[in-house]
Amino acid sequence: MTTPTTPTTSTTALTSPTRARLARAAGGTRTRALLRDRLALTGGVIAALFVLAALLAPLISPYDPAQADFENALAQPSWSHWLGTDDLGRDQLSRVFHGLRASLQVGLLAVVLAFVVGVPLGLLAGYYGRFADSTVSRITETMLAFPFLVLAVGLAAILGPSLLNATIAIGISQVPAVIRITRAETLRLKNVDFVAAAVANGGGDGTVLFRHILPNAASALTVQATVGIPAAIIGEALLSFLGLGVQPPEPSLGVMLSSAQSFLAAAPWMAVFPGLAIVAATLAFNLLGDGLRDVLDPRGATR
Amino acid sequence: MNDKATGNAAEHAAETAYEQALELRALTRHFGPVRAVDGVSLTVGRGEVVGLVGESGSGKSTVGRIAVRLDEPTSGSVHIAGTDVTNLSRRRLRPLRRKFHLVFQDPSSSLDPRMTIGEIVAEPLRLHRIAKGEEARRRVEKLLQQVGLRPEHADRHPHQLSGGQRQRVSIARALSCEPDLVVADEPTSALDVSVQASVLNLMADLQRDRGFGCLFITHDLAAVEFLADRIAVMYLGQIVEEAPTAALFADPKHPYTQALLSAAPVPDPGAQRTRERIVLSGELPSPLDPPARRPTTTPAGRPSRGVFDSCRFHTRCPLAEDRCRTEVPALRTLPDGKRQAACHLVAEDGTAPDAAAANTHN
Amino acid sequence: MTEPVLKVSDLSVSFRSGGRTVHAVDDISYEVRPGEVLAVVGESGCGKSVTSMATMGLLPPTATVTGSVRLGGRELVGASEKELARVRGNDLAMIFQEPMTSLNPVLTVGRQIGEVLRRHQGLSRKQAAERAVELLDLVGIPAPRRRVGEYPHQLSGGMRQRVMIAIAVACDPSVLIADEPTTALDVTVQAGILDVLRSLRERLGTAIVLITHDLGVVADIADRVLVMYAGRVVEHGEVHELYAQPRHPYTNGLLGAVLKPGAEGKRRLPEIPGLVPSLEAQPDACTFAPRCPRATERCTAERPQLDRAACWHPHEVEAR
Repeated sequence: MTTPTTPTTSTTALTSPTRARLARAAGGTRTRALLRDRLALTGGVIAALFVLAALLAPLISPYDPAQADFENALAQPSWSHWLGTDDLGRDQLSRVFHGLRASLQVGLLAVVLAFVVGVPLGLLAGYYGRFADSTVSRITETMLAFPFLVLAVGLAAILGPSLLNATIAIGISQVPAVIRITRAETLRLKNVDFVAAAVANGGGDGTVLFRHILPNAASALTVQATVGIPAAIIGEALLSFLGLGVQPPEPSLGVMLSSAQSFLAAAPWMAVFPGLAIVAATLAFNLLGDGLRDVLDPRGATR
Repeated sequence: MNDKATGNAAEHAAETAYEQALELRALTRHFGPVRAVDGVSLTVGRGEVVGLVGESGSGKSTVGRIAVRLDEPTSGSVHIAGTDVTNLSRRRLRPLRRKFHLVFQDPSSSLDPRMTIGEIVAEPLRLHRIAKGEEARRRVEKLLQQVGLRPEHADRHPHQLSGGQRQRVSIARALSCEPDLVVADEPTSALDVSVQASVLNLMADLQRDRGFGCLFITHDLAAVEFLADRIAVMYLGQIVEEAPTAALFADPKHPYTQALLSAAPVPDPGAQRTRERIVLSGELPSPLDPPARRPTTTPAGRPSRGVFDSCRFHTRCPLAEDRCRTEVPALRTLPDGKRQAACHLVAEDGTAPDAAAANTHN
Repeated sequence: MTEPVLKVSDLSVSFRSGGRTVHAVDDISYEVRPGEVLAVVGESGCGKSVTSMATMGLLPPTATVTGSVRLGGRELVGASEKELARVRGNDLAMIFQEPMTSLNPVLTVGRQIGEVLRRHQGLSRKQAAERAVELLDLVGIPAPRRRVGEYPHQLSGGMRQRVMIAIAVACDPSVLIADEPTTALDVTVQAGILDVLRSLRERLGTAIVLITHDLGVVADIADRVLVMYAGRVVEHGEVHELYAQPRHPYTNGLLGAVLKPGAEGKRRLPEIPGLVPSLEAQPDACTFAPRCPRATERCTAERPQLDRAACWHPHEVEAR
């Protein structure tokens, strides 16, 4: 037998791809997938609770969110006012519930707007390429040069302060991201054999785009939507905070934060609870999106 | 073919008689400087199975994609069942697509993962308005049964089937509109041996029963031998030899065909270890830089695609002579009238050179 | 007869995932002697690749490996990562199906071979470069002096696989595990790679474990064959004997189904009906029984032990 006498060696460079492949095949990432699923579940439950609270705000709010009560201004959290009151003595809990309404409304509508505009453009750019692609991509790149929030603030300032305009501004600011992901998915999918098969079947562009490419891009787009909603919630908060969104006395999480500014030392709960609501809602939707990525694949977690 | 349901009799009346299921004339396809396909002429007769054999980079798959017009030729023409489809727009082509279909190599990527098997097989029927609803469902069931699947498979998704079952689905889809031509691009290459056997049997049965013409593209010599009536061998974008199956295996003319046949291992240790093998020097040259090309410049002084002034196989051919390096061999018909070869060394009377003899001292 | 260099006994590998246990390899044993080529044959999912990964100690932590893998006198199952690292690449080397993904695209092939030599054999840069040229020559790469300076993308698939072999044999291993080494290559190139493997075993006395699904490749190069089905060895034997007279119905079916180039008339290919069973069950029965034309009640009630074939009703000699 030939026994080399040399010391240490390592073949990791040769074996790592196979090792990874094997680990995947063996379900080595299952534990992590499970953990992520649990997080996603938690995210989903919290997100659902927020949506429910927003929908049922008039029913579950203990007080009228606009009802001032100067006797009780800046009251600490207590059994009668769970989250305390603000400088005008309005019940913080009721205002958070109603504020969520505005936030989620903006969040959902802005994302819907972004998708209605962005998905067709992304499909167009990805599928037809050439002129359509270069035009759409140029516009997308220009818009992406501005950070999302800066773009939203700029657009809202141009459109003028109102909840509708804030929604439009945030929606438009999200369009480039939607275009980009739709275009990338389209580019990937149009070279997969089943698209060629659809063409060979006698399918036209409509069949290819709407029966094959779009449904297969749906999981990526859903994930994009769940990422878009929390971004829009933050956008709404920021615009309202700056006075470009919801106009006082209408409650919104951003408006609440804005008015809490002057009382940070005297009544920290005025800032803490709306802030927590924003963080929790954002986190919940993000976790949900993360989990959906896996769940939405028809082939399960293997991909 | 004759259990026509009501409703499409008119379409059938419109069907005209044709000689060749597929006719490719002087087909070329260039991708930038790469001549992936360079002057391929090939016919597939009505109900005939023609094997197109070649190694990676030979251009065989490009020929297949052009044959079903998923790609456009740079020059040359494509006739399917007597109709010139070379320059038809995608829109004009669509109604004609029921006459020809492609079976892909990888059944896991050629079936839409979001659709059920039933929807996949019914799609061509729906798109060509041949059948819908209950009628489509009945037809799908029948097709699935014909390819050896059960009716309940219709409700499953592709990932729930095995590789062999998926390829059966792919075949069922290709046959759903009763095409005149099926192009099968390596349909069994991704499958295991025992599964491959059953898919090949299925294709042979269906072809015999339905009589469609078939261009069977593969690198697997044994698979073409099993299925094809006639075989064309491609090397670097060109056909180097074409012959009836039995004749090609019994007496390969072109040195490349000889080498290819000798390289395919036989699953019999005794025979495999004693037979003579032709080892080709070097490897398949890159189509980006084929060996036979002499660089030239355009009148404006820019480099052009170049001209071929030698046999493309000469760099690996154990028999290459001076003439092979200076003159392009034409694909000529041999005296028996049934076969063709592109080699200077094949004699006028069709006698083949013996690459194995030249190889022994190698 | 020489002592085996690699002796695998009662090796089992199972993977646990989400409460399910998959028995990828179920109690297999084999050995290889110096200069011998052992082919492990089977269809996808039969456990042949997992067997080789377990032998190399390259399975992920989710795998449970039991049994014994002895290389020379050393036990590898349960050995520490450090001990394994000393063995891998030195005494035990491996090559894979896809040479491109295993080579570093930004380093010349000479550097990549040299690196192994410098790290494991302590050669100087110059010595390593010289040896790299020798190794390229050994694996049949023409103009090795020029080739050492090239990058992987400049080489064809066959040349890259030769480079992988050169890296694998750089430290003169006693056992080379080749996992589908020619599957991604064209037939005219495949023949050359098989020639390289043949010359290694002749010139260096390397024992080769060849994992493949290709019965033509096995017929070409193997001395002995191990046929796997659903994680178990169903038959093993000397190559000529096994091909001439397969005893297990599965081997018989496989050899019947395989196409024979140059001998393929218009015949109907024998098929093996049914599907490969799930590897979750570990039945006390023959796993091939549901697909077997010869199966009886006993086959579903009792697990056959491996003699030459693990079968209660093997084909008799001359039965073919």
